[in-house]
Amino acid sequence: MEEIILFVTSNIWMFYILTFAIFLGMEVISKVPTVLHTPLMSGANAISGVVVIGAIILIRNASPDNYLMLSVGMLGIALATINVIGGFAVTNRMLQMFKKKKK
Amino acid sequence: MENPILDFLYLICIVLFIIGLKRLSHPDTAKKGNLIAAFGMGAAILITMFYPMEGNSNNYLWIFGGLLIGGVIGYIAAIRVKMTAMPEMVSLFNGLGGACSMLIATVEFVNLPESTPMMSTQVVTIIFALFIGSIAFTGSIVAWGKLDGFFRDSLVLPSPQVINLVMLVAVLGLSGYIMMQPELNTTLVMILLVLSLVYGVTFVMPIGGGDMPVVISLLNSFTGIAAAGAGLIYGNQVMIVGGIVVGAAGTILTVLMCNAMNRSLINVIIGGFGGGGVSGASGREEVVKEASHADLAIQLKYSNKVIIVPGYGLAVAQAQHACHDLEKLLETEGVDVKYAIHPVAGRMPGHMNVLLAEADVPYPKLLELEDANEQFPSTDIVLVIGANDVVNPAAKEDTSSPIYGMPILDVELAKNVIVMKRSMNTGYAGIENPLFFGDRTRMLFGDAKDSLSKLKTEVGNA
Repeated sequence: MEEIILFVTSNIWMFYILTFAIFLGMEVISKVPTVLHTPLMSGANAISGVVVIGAIILIRNASPDNYLMLSVGMLGIALATINVIGGFAVTNRMLQMFKKKKK
Repeated sequence: MENPILDFLYLICIVLFIIGLKRLSHPDTAKKGNLIAAFGMGAAILITMFYPMEGNSNNYLWIFGGLLIGGVIGYIAAIRVKMTAMPEMVSLFNGLGGACSMLIATVEFVNLPESTPMMSTQVVTIIFALFIGSIAFTGSIVAWGKLDGFFRDSLVLPSPQVINLVMLVAVLGLSGYIMMQPELNTTLVMILLVLSLVYGVTFVMPIGGGDMPVVISLLNSFTGIAAAGAGLIYGNQVMIVGGIVVGAAGTILTVLMCNAMNRSLINVIIGGFGGGGVSGASGREEVVKEASHADLAIQLKYSNKVIIVPGYGLAVAQAQHACHDLEKLLETEGVDVKYAIHPVAGRMPGHMNVLLAEADVPYPKLLELEDANEQFPSTDIVLVIGANDVVNPAAKEDTSSPIYGMPILDVELAKNVIVMKRSMNTGYAGIENPLFFGDRTRMLFGDAKDSLSKLKTEVGNA
């Protein structure tokens, strides 16, 4: 019990940030026309590739002769980068079509 | 270790993500929003690469290698993918993001310093990221396979709910057991990893056809949450906030999609689709009437109002351009032509709008569900092209139907209904459509693109 209280008090800002982030995410999306559901999902999907940052940190902290860790880290970066680059590019392609129609 | 300037730059990246998402949800600003978010991501990656860290060896070669490989593959895949295959692509991308979280969590788990107590928030965080990342990974792969057609819905596990519950209990139990060990047991971690991966498969497997977009959106929010979990491991602000915002936004989007289909999220996950499968009118001898191109062309030319109901079949046949051509020709003949877009036409909400936009169909011609349903009674001909479940009256009448309660386009109210289809096969939900046997319905079998261009020629000759 004491541990939990200690954990909460020492990470109180984290709880604030998490809570606000949840509300923020919900508010940002609350009103979306159906037309944009697919591009929006695709765009959000690209942002979730932010995990690539974790893989970069992982590699930067690995020792240069730990090839297993380096390979796994590189694989992680490659996978997440496919998610990021592919996601943004696909979203852009979809949205380009809406633009063309407007003219 | 701490660098205030770089920390502050991270904050700017987060703001860029949020502005990007916000703009993505409005038609006029969407394109810019996407670029803003992409810019934020690029900045976040650069900052992370050059953030000063104590005693690290950087290993930049490995980082650049990964970025280059992933960037090239991702870009080529995004450019090459057909618009019709977009939902599968998004699902696959999403799975890869989840896989990255899974890899990070696994590596960090195995590399925990010896002195780390197992019963700590650190271990909880890692287990969380590992579990959610694994589900997002294998779940997305299954969703991709289902949409792509190589996992059929008929591949059903026996009593999936029981299996899923057992799997979930096993994962939670094993996590608890790992934490109760005096020190890190790598074998148990690997078993946990495998269990989590299998759970992703059993989680998505029983969910069928029409619900796949909802599942992809849900898995998308999982990937966000997994990214946030991985961020907690490193205490990295961009990952935490970015992941959580995407997770929350994805959840809301999932609920919005469920609402569009009049299904609750719980129902989608637990219910599965088409458990009973064959419902309603079987056994009765039903007769369908067939239409001919020439007759139909004349009828089209002399009608006042035509509504086209496009479905996935139109997309598969790449018939959106042929469809637009026919529409233009009819307009010059003085026929009022509109498109009725069901919220889940195609494979994902908004998918059909993208496809029609690709063919230059003007925006005002697209009617939403409610507007279209008001107009059907005064419509002379409805052309249902490659759509099935979204025009199935069983959703209104047959309480035993798996799609009962889904709002549908009431095309049967129109004076004539023409259904263009390849064959009498059932739609994606795998159920019979009483519409095909209706008094005012005629079928026009064949490839949609082929039929449409034939119709266009016939209208020109008539």
